Amino acid sequence: MSENYQPGTQVPDARGYFGAYGGRFIPEALVAAVEQVADEYEKAKADPAFAAELEALLKDYTGRPSPLTDVRRFSAEAGGARVLLKREDLNHTGSHKINNVLGQALLTRRMGKTRIIAETGAGQHGVATATACALFGFDCTIYMGEVDTERQALNVARMRMLGAEVIAVKSGSRTLKDAINEAFRDWVANVDSTHYLFGTVAGPHPFPMMVRDFHRVIGIEAREQVLERTGRLPDAVVACVGGGSNAMGIFHEFIPDAGVRLIGCEAAGEGAETPKHAATLTKGDPGVLHGSRTYVLQDEDGQTIESHSISAGLDYPGVGPEHAWLKDTGRAEYRPVTDDEAMQALRLLSRTEGIIPAIESAHALAGALVLGRELGPEATILVNLSGRGDKDMHTAAKYFGLYDDNAADGGK
Amino acid sequence: MTQTKLSTTLAAVKAEGRAALIGYLPAGFPTVDGGIKAIHALVEGGCDIVEVGLPHSDPVLDGPTIQTADDIALRAGVKIKDVLRTVAEVAARTDAPVLVMTYWNPVDRYGVARFAADLAAAGGAGCILPDLPVEESDEWRKAAGELGLDTVFVVAPSSKDQRLGEVTAAGSGFVYAAAVMGVTGTRAQVGNLAEDLVARTRAATELPVCVGLGVSTADQAAEVARFADGVIVGSAFVQRLLDADGDEQAGLTAVRALAADLAAGVRRG
Repeated sequence: MSENYQPGTQVPDARGYFGAYGGRFIPEALVAAVEQVADEYEKAKADPAFAAELEALLKDYTGRPSPLTDVRRFSAEAGGARVLLKREDLNHTGSHKINNVLGQALLTRRMGKTRIIAETGAGQHGVATATACALFGFDCTIYMGEVDTERQALNVARMRMLGAEVIAVKSGSRTLKDAINEAFRDWVANVDSTHYLFGTVAGPHPFPMMVRDFHRVIGIEAREQVLERTGRLPDAVVACVGGGSNAMGIFHEFIPDAGVRLIGCEAAGEGAETPKHAATLTKGDPGVLHGSRTYVLQDEDGQTIESHSISAGLDYPGVGPEHAWLKDTGRAEYRPVTDDEAMQALRLLSRTEGIIPAIESAHALAGALVLGRELGPEATILVNLSGRGDKDMHTAAKYFGLYDDNAADGGK
Repeated sequence: MTQTKLSTTLAAVKAEGRAALIGYLPAGFPTVDGGIKAIHALVEGGCDIVEVGLPHSDPVLDGPTIQTADDIALRAGVKIKDVLRTVAEVAARTDAPVLVMTYWNPVDRYGVARFAADLAAAGGAGCILPDLPVEESDEWRKAAGELGLDTVFVVAPSSKDQRLGEVTAAGSGFVYAAAVMGVTGTRAQVGNLAEDLVARTRAATELPVCVGLGVSTADQAAEVARFADGVIVGSAFVQRLLDADGDEQAGLTAVRALAADLAAGVRRG
């Protein structure tokens, strides 16, 4: 464990610990492969050609920098606070996930591997990964919980269109956790040819650090954009947290800015006080899941408790270890947001601004509505709009009764 | 090295000029009491050492067979105290060393010192912790060592020679050599990765080297016994119980018969 790690410094300690969280809890069969990823990432960081190639891809392929949008009509509902959206939904493939995927795809090529596997919840990481594999000519297999293949069917079709094999995982809770289990099983068996392109800031070291680094561009851009637009730093930065990649990406650059509150919105499902939620930092306890020590929803025997969220991308009983550290140090706050609060925020942004957000991102919007009313009209709130909602139209249509011709008011 | 029940058993087997047979079954499968009987059947059939699995919600190193067994056990509500009772009842009635094989989080959550103490009190011989790498194992090894429990580490075909030195130096009892790159489950062929790994491991340690992953038949056991100190079989036993589909006697008979068959195999090796 690190004594000297300060939030906001570049790296965790040599063993991958952010305070008491992180590390590398992996089977021996994966040690060589994980060390190879760590070594290659260090070499890549020192290689100007790697940075230049990634920057070019982010600009010309992804469409970065992503815009910053003032949402005045939405802000009126947030106690009049000025809400600014960082538009990661406008990236190629429709979410922030592409930032990390392109970085790791370049790394895969450097390692001489030819096949990529990944887990996906909402399908956004799967789509981004399938996209990069098409671009780089890698074989691609995506593991997705069977429940998620049903609620995110559009993304399954997108991945297959891009040439990826999508495997519906039928074990356990049949959601993101089990997709990760199955991807690890594949990796152990095929590690010579295959890179596991982990999609969030969890997993064994170096993934939490590396995935965060590839998403730091979100916060770096947003900080400059907010300063330019408003002449000052925001009062708060709000993002949704499942595994926590978009939140780490936008938070990281603001960590040294002590006056900027960092607020992560977790999926509270039917309520953090009910058994059906995914509010890991609010309700979980420290433990080990998927290769790192972090907060975990678990019972007294260390068995993982199944999470629940209407949002497939937040439906995960773990969380990235750096978030665990930010929570314990008090630098970031984590708040639960229910399914219904998120869905109402989704509809509100759609109707006030003409922007349909992903259900994941709608959790951050719901958090911003509450926060704006707390902070009042003088406040500025930066929200990471991590993804767009096209993939969620089936869920939203069922939720609001939009398939019913009589539901002219958009249902409940 | 310190004499433990496990090292004494392996030395005695070696003195017979053969490899040891190590059988695995999860606790609580198909029921807690049924599982205890099934683990007894392993010993009755000829296993020298048994591994009791602690069923886990996220068995990332297990194939479909053991996943299914873990699922059945957990759905029926098996707890760590049931696993410890299984160890106690098996250890009380046989001379075979009883190891617990478990993912790390249940031990971490139960309390490292508490788990070691309760396992020792139950008569357990030690632990195999397949997702706890040596670097994260100090607390466990200290607690286990003080109580005379062995800690068996796994090595894999991907382990480099220097790494084999580090891993085997930390372990005790024996070294678990994974025969293939992959998860648990039966395989048609054990392959030649195992023999190379055993040879490289022997160059790094004096500890006995036992081979697991994929071994399910007497012929495979005989093949592995020619170059290893022990043969570890798990999924094939689990499959026998799954095939019995609730018929307890049929399951126990099948487990005993497979153990006897494999025991003959290691003596042919």
